[in-house]
Amino acid sequence: MSRIVFDGVSHSFGERRVLADVDLVLSERRIGIIGANGSGKSTLARMINGLVAPDTGRVTVDDADVARKAKEIRRKVGFIFTNPDNQIVMPTVQEDVAFSLRRRGLAPAEIALRTAAALERFGLAAHAEHPAHRLSGGQKQLLALAAVLVGEPQIIVADEPTTLLDARNAREIAGLFREMTQQVIVVTHQLELLEDFDRVIVIDEGRVVADDAPSVALDAYRGLLA
Amino acid sequence: MIGFYFAGTSVVHRAPAILKLLLLSIGVVGVGLAREPWQLGAAALAVAALFVIARVPVGAVWQQVAPILWLLLIAVPLQALLAGWIVAAMMTGRLLVAVALAALFTLTTTVTAVLEAFRLILRPFERWIDGDRVGLLVALTIRCIPLVAEIVKDVLDARRARGAQGSLLALAVPVVVRSLYAADAIGESLVARGLDD
Repeated sequence: MSRIVFDGVSHSFGERRVLADVDLVLSERRIGIIGANGSGKSTLARMINGLVAPDTGRVTVDDADVARKAKEIRRKVGFIFTNPDNQIVMPTVQEDVAFSLRRRGLAPAEIALRTAAALERFGLAAHAEHPAHRLSGGQKQLLALAAVLVGEPQIIVADEPTTLLDARNAREIAGLFREMTQQVIVVTHQLELLEDFDRVIVIDEGRVVADDAPSVALDAYRGLLA
Repeated sequence: MIGFYFAGTSVVHRAPAILKLLLLSIGVVGVGLAREPWQLGAAALAVAALFVIARVPVGAVWQQVAPILWLLLIAVPLQALLAGWIVAAMMTGRLLVAVALAALFTLTTTVTAVLEAFRLILRPFERWIDGDRVGLLVALTIRCIPLVAEIVKDVLDARRARGAQGSLLALAVPVVVRSLYAADAIGESLVARGLDD
């Protein structure tokens, strides 16, 4: 697994401090991040992919500084957003998945092969030629996953990937996260998703307030909410 | 292209996008220059034949051509009043054939093929214009049309639910704000997908 290090990371949006002096080393296969809205958990996740740069401190992935080597890191770290609609770039399902392989220097036949395999894996092969924006919410999130995984990243960071889905689709997506062989970091409010994870981190007001096995960390979070 | 691509393997589908773009341009100019009704009739027959070859269902063609009928509903009586019925009929024919021809291109060409065509067209100018970037711009524009349409629909529903049907401001402000948020989110997603240069 990759080693992701947060070293004295702080970040503010204007006057509001969202992360305060966070030190973390993430090397487990499945890590959950939970916290109330505005606690800083999404900002923390975005820093792994370089979408947000820390004001102070640094984030490294396998010793590479994310701020300096963002392009290289983004090939290694796939990011799944809450709203898959915002992640769809191309008009059809197949084109959107293939879009992720653009600029990889692959031959068109190789792109077609990898795209077809990703669509098959996520049950979207029958929708390959369909307009992406006409898929259901669950299918759109599957498309977002396919579009990220086709690039074969080593790490998947997902920011509330099941928030906009119904219970059935949320279960399906959760199941897919379980099957993934990559290192997976999931930010979520759905605590049951994290029960069999290796580690759960609780963020509150920009600070890590619990960091433990799921049973312990989830209890600490429930205590915070009480 | 805005989600209306009709998958197929016909010769029309398989023709290179750049050739189709060229023929579309020539066709539209030709239709615009047609002076005799028989010329328009021949063009209409040729376009209809291409639709048959491409095996595009009538419903899909209708979906593309129908929106122009609203424009004609206003323009034809005006044109007839000002220039006579023959001129109005010719204008109607020209518009319908041109739109049908464009629809044929839309229904049989993927966006990826259009992007490749843009890259080819702009290759001689690559010192000054990044063809890849122009292609991406076109793809994003096409992608954003259904996205903005969805935003407008949501805002109209919300406006109705809150009883603010007549207010233009209650439509424009949330549509603009949500569109800007969506643009920001798509930008972030492009960066996450490695298009950050």
